Order: sequence, then structure tokens, then C-alpha cells
Amino acid sequence: MKSEEKPGWKSLPIGAVLLEPGSSLKYKTGDWRAFRPVVEKEKCVNCLLCWIYCPDAAIQRKEKWVEVNYDYCKGCGICAKECPKDAIKMVEEQK
Amino acid sequence: MTIVGLTGDEAVAYAVKQSKVDIVAAYPITPQTIMVERFSKYVADGEVQTEYVCVESEHSAMSACVGASLTGARVFTATASQGLALMHEMLYIASGLRCPIVMGVANRALSAPINIHGDHSDMMASRDCGWIQVYVENAQEAYDWTIMAFKLAEDKEVQLPVSVNLDGFILSHSMEGVDVLEDGVVSKFLQLRKPLFTIDPAEPVTVGALCLPDYYFEFKRQQVEAMLNVPRVLRNVNKEYRGVAGRNYGVLEAFGMEDAEVAILCLGSTAGTARAVARKLREQREKVGVVKLWLYRPFPTEDVVVALRRLKALAVLDRAVSFGAPYGALCSDVVSALHTQQEKPQVFNVIYGLGGRDIEPSDVELVFKEALKIAETGVVKEPVMFLGVRE
Repeated sequence: MKSEEKPGWKSLPIGAVLLEPGSSLKYKTGDWRAFRPVVEKEKCVNCLLCWIYCPDAAIQRKEKWVEVNYDYCKGCGICAKECPKDAIKMVEEQK
Repeated sequence: MTIVGLTGDEAVAYAVKQSKVDIVAAYPITPQTIMVERFSKYVADGEVQTEYVCVESEHSAMSACVGASLTGARVFTATASQGLALMHEMLYIASGLRCPIVMGVANRALSAPINIHGDHSDMMASRDCGWIQVYVENAQEAYDWTIMAFKLAEDKEVQLPVSVNLDGFILSHSMEGVDVLEDGVVSKFLQLRKPLFTIDPAEPVTVGALCLPDYYFEFKRQQVEAMLNVPRVLRNVNKEYRGVAGRNYGVLEAFGMEDAEVAILCLGSTAGTARAVARKLREQREKVGVVKLWLYRPFPTEDVVVALRRLKALAVLDRAVSFGAPYGALCSDVVSALHTQQEKPQVFNVIYGLGGRDIEPSDVELVFKEALKIAETGVVKEPVMFLGVRE
């Protein structure tokens, strides 16, 4: 979400209190990322090492390969480092 | 009218007792000790229903107060000097989480060298912590402002903590006749606290969540707005209190300012001495006045400007030093407030009374004479004067 789309001080609850439980799902943290992991489906053998190593829960299991949830992936690169098939490349984010 | 003999500390404790506080968490420190000592006696004797939390430090005291306040409770604590310094980080959390805690502070010098006597260096060091700050002149004011502080803090437009500051020993330990209200009158004036939100398992909320660059600024802006609301809310609180107690309060108290050409501006008990000297000088046809700020944070800029702008010379008395700054904190604020005015007095700063050094009528007279000289010549030779220090 772009900064200008977020609520301003007049509409936010005071004291930074969160009135709704489970609201962190709405808080997309993927915009911290400087590099994005890109999966090459052809190389992926679905071994799920990346799924195990991901310190968030940003690797999503599909039938035959994995996908990355960019809403939450912070681009740490652990998945790319651990992939035994070199199927994940870290690509610089463009503004 | 019921007059009882109370020291400043006892007057605060008595006001807290009548304010039906739910939780007190505090750690004793001179010269505040009697506030919590007296209050713990009320608890032990069953005179109040308050939960008294004994803690191992002031940091814990303020932490416990924050938690208690978030449950919707009315909360009081008290401290001074090193204790306030130890609380420092929690002071910001109390204001940031919008906890309307009331704290009695018997102002005392900060170590080193260690000293237990009164000056304002403790609270002045915490002046940016987001707390409303009130300074009182005598035990009566300590009593009245403690009661009013709860009403101000808990107002839905404010929701900020308040410190009620009284000069260590000069006020905290001096007994005066204090006109106290009936218990029922205080209960009716204060009512029960109506929190905007509480930490209740039945309706869960998250408090103290991480706030990154995309949200933090907005919450600080909210705190600024709450501070801006204070003078307006305080006017109503003062007015309502006048209705029940018959005593007039506001953001500041002016003496002789109708025709004064020079004046002293100060906080706390010094105002009494300054007024006595001003009265004497006015009998000698000197046009002098005194302005005492009750409210220091938020700084009542508009009222200060209106009170001071027609003066020829003004002495601002700081009972604390801001090392390396152009002036003491109070004087810096006064100069900033006057800065945009076309019409304004020559201002000079007087640093006085550090570590509880007495300020006597002759000292105040010296300051008035200096101000009169500046009014006549239009020249400030010494922008910061250290009153009563040995060379």
C-alpha cells in the first residue's frame, strides 16, 4: 500500500491501539524488499527446502513447484541460497 | 469550609484519596515520600478501596501504572529527582499509549553531586515526554490541581498523563492551612473514568504493536493535537472547579500586569516571594508585575504573549539549567512565544535556586531593579544572570 493510501492521524485510533484481532494479515510487509526471489518452475523439483527455510511463511506450495507470496516476502534470499537446484534467482526490485 | 493543616505532600495524598483512585504504584523517594507514605496509610486503614502496588523501582512503578491505566483504572503515582530520571523511558510509553495517569512530583535537584533539595531540573529534563505539566505555588494549589489533574487527563479530547509539580521541601514539607472539599463534592466533580478503550479479554485489542515509518509519525501527530486541546479543556475544568471550590485557576496567574512595565515570570513557590516584593515596589510607584505559569506543558503560548507583549522588560526565572543552551528551558519557551510579535519586551534569564538554594525577597528585588534598568536603557548587558551563586 502506498503511504498516501493509508489512514491519516485523524482517523487512526489513538495510542496506536489495534481494535481488531488478527489484523496483521492486512499489514503487507513485502515492501521492505530490495531483491525479489523469482522461481524458475522448470528447474524446481518441489523438494520444499525453501518452504522449510523461509523465516516468514512466504513460500507457497503448489502441485509441482513453489510460488512466493510477495505481500510478505522480505527478500532475505535464504530460499535462493538453500535451493539445491539453483531454481530461485534474486532479482533487484525496480522502483 | 473545612481547613486542615497539611504539607504539600499530604495535600496531594488527601486529594488522591478523595479522587477515588483505583491503583497506586509508587516507590518512595525524598521529598515525595510523604505522598505515598500517607496514601499507603489510607490503604492500610481501609479508608480507600485502592490497590497499592509496592514495586522495586520507579521504572517498575510507571510500568505498573501504564498497565493499570490501560485496564481503564484511575491511576496515581509520585516521584522526584532520580526516581523521575529512572522512569524516563516509561514516561514516553505512558503518554504514547495515552494513559491518563496523574503523578505528583516533589521537584528535587538531580545528582551529581547528590542533593535532596528543591529545584526543577528533574521535570525540566523530562519536558518533552508528552506529559502535561502543572506547577503549583502552595499546598492549597497542590490539593486543587491534583483533583483537577484527573479531570483534565481523562477528558476524551486529552487522554494524556499529567504531572503536578511542587517544589521539594519548600512545599512538600511545609504545613499550611488547606481548604479541603467534602468527599462527595470531589466524587461528583470527577465522576468515574470513561476510558476510550480497555484491555479486556472479552473484547481483545492489541496495545504496543510495532509501528514503523509508515505509521509512527501519525501517532505522534495525534499526541500533538491532544496537547493543543489542553488549554480549551482546562478552561472548562477550571470553570467547573471554581463552581464547586470557589477558587480561580487558569493557565497562568498575573499580578500587577494591568499597568506593569517590567515583570518576573516564574513557576511554583517563587511566585509568592516575587509577588510580595512586587507589592512592596508598587507601593513605591514602580510599575512591576509577576506572571506565574500554572501550566508549563503544553506551553500556553497565546496567554503568555497576551500577558507579556506590552512590557518593556521581562525577567524569566529558571530553577534549572539547560547546559549549553542559550537560556534555561522556561526562558527559551518564553522567547520562542514572543518571537513572532512586533511588540515585545527585552527579555533576560535568571538562573536561580539550584539544589534548593533559597531565593529571598532581596534577591527578587535585585532582579526587579535589573529589569527596571533594562526598561530604562533598552539594553540587556547580561542575557543570562546567575542569581545567588558565589564567584
